[in-house]
Amino acid sequence: MSIWLTFLSKAFTMGMTILYGANGEILTEKSGNLNLGVPGMMYMGGIGGLMGAYLYERAVETPIPLVGVILSLLCALLFSGFGALIYSVLTISLRANQNVTGLALTTFGVGFGNFFGGSLSTMAGGVGQISTAATSGLFRAKIPFLNNLPVVGELFFSYGMLAYAGIIITIVLHWYLYRTRPGLNLRSVGESAATADAAGINVTRYKYMATIIGGMIAGLGGLYFVMDYSTGGWNNNGFGDLGWLAVALVIFARWRPLNVIWGSWLFGALCILYLYIGGLSRQMQEVFRALPYLVTIIVLVITSLRKKREDQPPAALGLPYFREER
Amino acid sequence: MSNPKVREPLMHIVKRDSMPLWKSILVRLIAVLLALVVCGGVIVLMTSMIPGKEPLNPLKVYAGIWDGALGTSRRTWVTLREAAILLCVALAVLPAFRMRFWNIGAEGQVLMGALGTAAVMIYGKGLPPWLLYTLMAVCGILLGAVWGIIPSLFKAKWNTNETLFTLMMNYVATQVVTFCVIFWENPKGSSKVGSLDKAVWLPNIFDNKYLLTIVVVLAIAIIMYFYMRYTKQGYEIAVVGESENTARYSGINVSRVIIRTMALSGAIAGVAGFLLAGDMGHTISTGLSGGRGFTAITVAWLGKLNPFTMILVAFFLVFMERGSKQIATDFNLSESASEILTGIILFFILGCEFFINYRVEFRSRKHAEEVVKA
Repeated sequence: MSIWLTFLSKAFTMGMTILYGANGEILTEKSGNLNLGVPGMMYMGGIGGLMGAYLYERAVETPIPLVGVILSLLCALLFSGFGALIYSVLTISLRANQNVTGLALTTFGVGFGNFFGGSLSTMAGGVGQISTAATSGLFRAKIPFLNNLPVVGELFFSYGMLAYAGIIITIVLHWYLYRTRPGLNLRSVGESAATADAAGINVTRYKYMATIIGGMIAGLGGLYFVMDYSTGGWNNNGFGDLGWLAVALVIFARWRPLNVIWGSWLFGALCILYLYIGGLSRQMQEVFRALPYLVTIIVLVITSLRKKREDQPPAALGLPYFREER
Repeated sequence: MSNPKVREPLMHIVKRDSMPLWKSILVRLIAVLLALVVCGGVIVLMTSMIPGKEPLNPLKVYAGIWDGALGTSRRTWVTLREAAILLCVALAVLPAFRMRFWNIGAEGQVLMGALGTAAVMIYGKGLPPWLLYTLMAVCGILLGAVWGIIPSLFKAKWNTNETLFTLMMNYVATQVVTFCVIFWENPKGSSKVGSLDKAVWLPNIFDNKYLLTIVVVLAIAIIMYFYMRYTKQGYEIAVVGESENTARYSGINVSRVIIRTMALSGAIAGVAGFLLAGDMGHTISTGLSGGRGFTAITVAWLGKLNPFTMILVAFFLVFMERGSKQIATDFNLSESASEILTGIILFFILGCEFFINYRVEFRSRKHAEEVVKA
């Protein structure tokens, strides 16, 4: 029993990075931008947060955890927002191809993260020597009292603050997209930018804002992975495929933030399932690790089969909008 | 006519009809130069981060890049071969892109191709060479093609989004390869196949171990040029890419074209896998493709889907990558530095296309006067 409890709670933490990435990408895609730079922005957010925390803790004798957390958050938002800004300028203002720009951003961001991660390790005196105990400790602090409750404590109250922030961001995003006027405007930009423009909506501003804030949310996923999941250390290429899984989860959730909550839990579970099924050979473990991708492909095919209107991607996804070319 | 309350915006963007060739080349050259300047700045910044070392003189950076990529005859050959294999993957995505089919699954198709080739290399030991080499090529091409056909079937039948489908197929391929690597691992428990027996390597031609890949890829480039330009199938691809409806009205079987083109796309990626496993890596691993499937997309795009322009782009990207890797080694920097530089260069070249296709017109007094007169 307790091993399955652990499994569920570990699946949740594993899925949290994917949750952030998927939410950021949903916001971005709702504006009609398919940003394949999610992995890159995650790396940038992650390394930004780590740099902020590490350099602060190195500079001060007795670091105050709260200051470290704030600095770390700011740096993560700044770095990932910068990545998304490059993408926005290139695709929205300079009208470059979205797929190509996104992939270039991934190349850049992953290199950026690994380079500075490696440099920080060198500064700290070797691989795995980076220590951000104070900041990471506060990031990982569990809710007192509640986390001691049996079963419920481990399942719902054993996570750091960013995990709860992730859930809140998801709900706010849902509320924004489906219950507010600007959210409706944003969705109309993604469905048909020309129509939105004719209705007096500032298409360029909506696209910029959605893409940059979306990038920042994805960056928070990186921050969560580095400061909470990896307890404030750095591994080169440590993120693995989490960034692409986030892109996959957007499809799986059919572009709806609330689906992302359980979807990310499921993806997290699929990612670590092989560790919890006894008696698997190493080969079979690899088969299990392909599950998240296979599930995504199946969902993709089913949504295209059913052709339900609510389940489709934003109609103008991936298409650039040039007012002068109408 | 002119309403004083309506303010003309500060600037607006006009699509250019066409730009003279020399001018568009000039714009790209300027973009590359700017990218090089920024890259130089970044390298200086990076090297100044290392305590106890003098920051690098920017001019020396460029000399270092040149030296790293083309400094010795061995380095030159390696650079040429790396450019060739990158070009091969870019040629693979070319027909799909011409059809507006976003095949970003080249990474997976290359891996599957390499897997097919490696399987023959492992089980085919002792076969007569001609049979062995043929089987290696056939299996590699076949598996690559199959991996390309799967998403195209769904696209043709149900219009399933191919960008995301092919992306996911990359990771399925990675897991399939990992599965097989563990099956074939040598020594046991290492999760590696290691270098395969020299007897099953592809042969050298003209006593040069780099030339085979280069020659094969150049041949593919020339064939692709003629295929896309002068054959009926190439024309069909272009029509489907321009407008599926037009294609349908003119009697082209769109589904068949989509599937056939993706089979071709996957097959060429399979050739890249065949060369990577049989001629360059002599092994099979998930890192064999090394992100070329993604870089190739930018090569094809920046090369305007023209095989000969793509040669230049592929060479330039590999040149910068190998050069900056050398600098990274010389200065004890992380090899990831080269990825940052590649990213910067791509950003600049992607951005410069705007100035080739569009013209920014500022609100000018002269123009305003004309409006008033009218």
